[in-house]
Amino acid sequence: MSEEYLQREYLTLEELKEVTPLPSEKRLRGKHPVAVPECPQRIPCTPCKEICPVDAIKMDNPNDIPVVNYEKCIGCSLCVQICPGLAFFMIHYRDNKARVTMPHELLPLPKRGDEVILLNRKGEEIGEGKVVLVIPREKSVGDTPVITVEMPLELAWEARSIKVKEAIE
Amino acid sequence: MRIQEHPILDFSKKRGRKVTIYFEGEPIEAYEGEPIAEALHAAGIRILNYTHEKNRPRGLFCAIGKCSSCLMVVNGIPNTRTCITLVEDGLRIERQHGSQPLPKDYKPPSWKEAEKREADIIIVGGGPAGLMAGIKAAEKGAKVILMDENPLLGGQLVKQTHKFFGKRDQFAGVRGIKIAEILEKEAKEKGVEIHLETSAIGIFQVGEKRMVAAIKKNKKLMEFYGKAVIVATGAMEKMIPFENNDLPGVYGAGAIQTLMNTYGIEPGKRVLIVGAGNVGVILAYQLLQAKVNVVAVVEAMPKVGAYFVHAAKIRRLGVPILTRHTILRAEGNGKVEHAVIAQIDEKWRPIPGTEKRLDVDVIALAVGLRPSIELLHQAGAQITYARELGGYVVRHDERMETTVRGLFVAGDSSGIEEATTAMLEGKIAGLSAALFVGKAKPDTYEEILQAQRDLDEFRSGPFGKHILEGLKKVMIK
Repeated sequence: MSEEYLQREYLTLEELKEVTPLPSEKRLRGKHPVAVPECPQRIPCTPCKEICPVDAIKMDNPNDIPVVNYEKCIGCSLCVQICPGLAFFMIHYRDNKARVTMPHELLPLPKRGDEVILLNRKGEEIGEGKVVLVIPREKSVGDTPVITVEMPLELAWEARSIKVKEAIE
Repeated sequence: MRIQEHPILDFSKKRGRKVTIYFEGEPIEAYEGEPIAEALHAAGIRILNYTHEKNRPRGLFCAIGKCSSCLMVVNGIPNTRTCITLVEDGLRIERQHGSQPLPKDYKPPSWKEAEKREADIIIVGGGPAGLMAGIKAAEKGAKVILMDENPLLGGQLVKQTHKFFGKRDQFAGVRGIKIAEILEKEAKEKGVEIHLETSAIGIFQVGEKRMVAAIKKNKKLMEFYGKAVIVATGAMEKMIPFENNDLPGVYGAGAIQTLMNTYGIEPGKRVLIVGAGNVGVILAYQLLQAKVNVVAVVEAMPKVGAYFVHAAKIRRLGVPILTRHTILRAEGNGKVEHAVIAQIDEKWRPIPGTEKRLDVDVIALAVGLRPSIELLHQAGAQITYARELGGYVVRHDERMETTVRGLFVAGDSSGIEEATTAMLEGKIAGLSAALFVGKAKPDTYEEILQAQRDLDEFRSGPFGKHILEGLKKVMIK
């Protein structure tokens, strides 16, 4: 894969597909969410593989990139919680909505039910979503708060961060 | 301005008792446990001294006691490194103008009065490498003394809110601040004798022993005697040339982390970061966590040097990373008010017409680190140049012993790398030193070999390749 992404520092969806195969539509509509790493570079890092309770992450050498066996993945989010690079996400399709689970280490931490602004991989506002689950820091094995945001299906592969709407004073 | 809310850090627990210090006669509120320069910054005072020749204002630069940018007159004593000297109730602080003499009635202490301490192993530096070396050597039964010139143990880990890479048994997935706490606790439990605010100023051979001469809390002379010495003095931030690069508000990236993450002090409102290596992009993310605006990150190289995942974190929050850009100058009256940046061509020349004037009050330099080798150099260890490791480094063998028998090195002072490798090197140095002083059993070799294998594994990827190139120039066969 070309190193063009290292000039702009975000992956396009096409590039992500080159890095790692994406889960099938069937798997995305399965019973549980599925974890997808956005970790294209060979770096010495293994917590995701070590923490996975079902051994769904393949990584032979600590410098290999993680590859998830989507059929084995049970959508527990431990990899999202522990990843030091905040590079793991979970996706789940439900009817015409998608739920994206992502790390969120900024203030304010949104609450369940909050409407939030969705940001893509280059920080552009691309729409709105609703927070459906929050794992606060104290309940996260990786000390990182994790949130799940429900959004229009077509944004599932674009939204990778959020901005909490500030109260108008 | 002080940071009240933070997603990772809780300053209400960290801040000590309120005290009053006097800056040029004016009372300023500070918290016990914080250094003078940091307390002044919280009160909006950025100019700490004026230069000798041109009377130029100077402010903080490194904030860890390694440069001379923060020298002030404290209770009448000039040349005090205010970035690592703690506040005390009633302290009188004045800006220093050039070089100022000691007060006439002041009697400096003499070496005859130095306090003497003795151990098997003396360690200089209480960061990840030094602490790990101390833990491992003490585990083997060696008596260990460890000193650090900062008021806190943990080195640069104490300001790292991000989680580290590596394997989980090497603290991967744990935040730097937490790793510092774990190492400190362990070193204390293992009985390592710790001297903080203690600067080593020389290593000397005295008979069969080595003596580390040091100054504690700016005034007390100390002599530490041991059979082996481990130097883990870390690194120092590099500076690059541009107009007004000494204007208060041009800070080393680490200084900003110290202000913001160690002491909960807002470094400024709008920041330009120069350099998109790991330090630069991690700093950008940490600034966003402290709700400080990051205007841009400029990088002279055509691509970003940092780990992609760290850079991706700030990109998805909208921070622009401008590759092939550099800073031309800082502007402002006594403090940074603007930064002028420009695009550069293949020959690193600014392209006319691409200049942009940014409204910023802080310019963060994240342009690399160089190993702190002064003590090793003074002690007679052989030095060589390895660009890949940050500049001049000390030569050492696989057990981290330098060309001087019984003198060991570990961490960034043996070449710029990461906390993870610093801890592994510290482990090797600590165990090797314990063997050297006759405290460890021969089966310790197996532990050393394991740590060496862990290092090799960590460095086996594309990022490690660069380090291995540098180490080839440094390693003694």
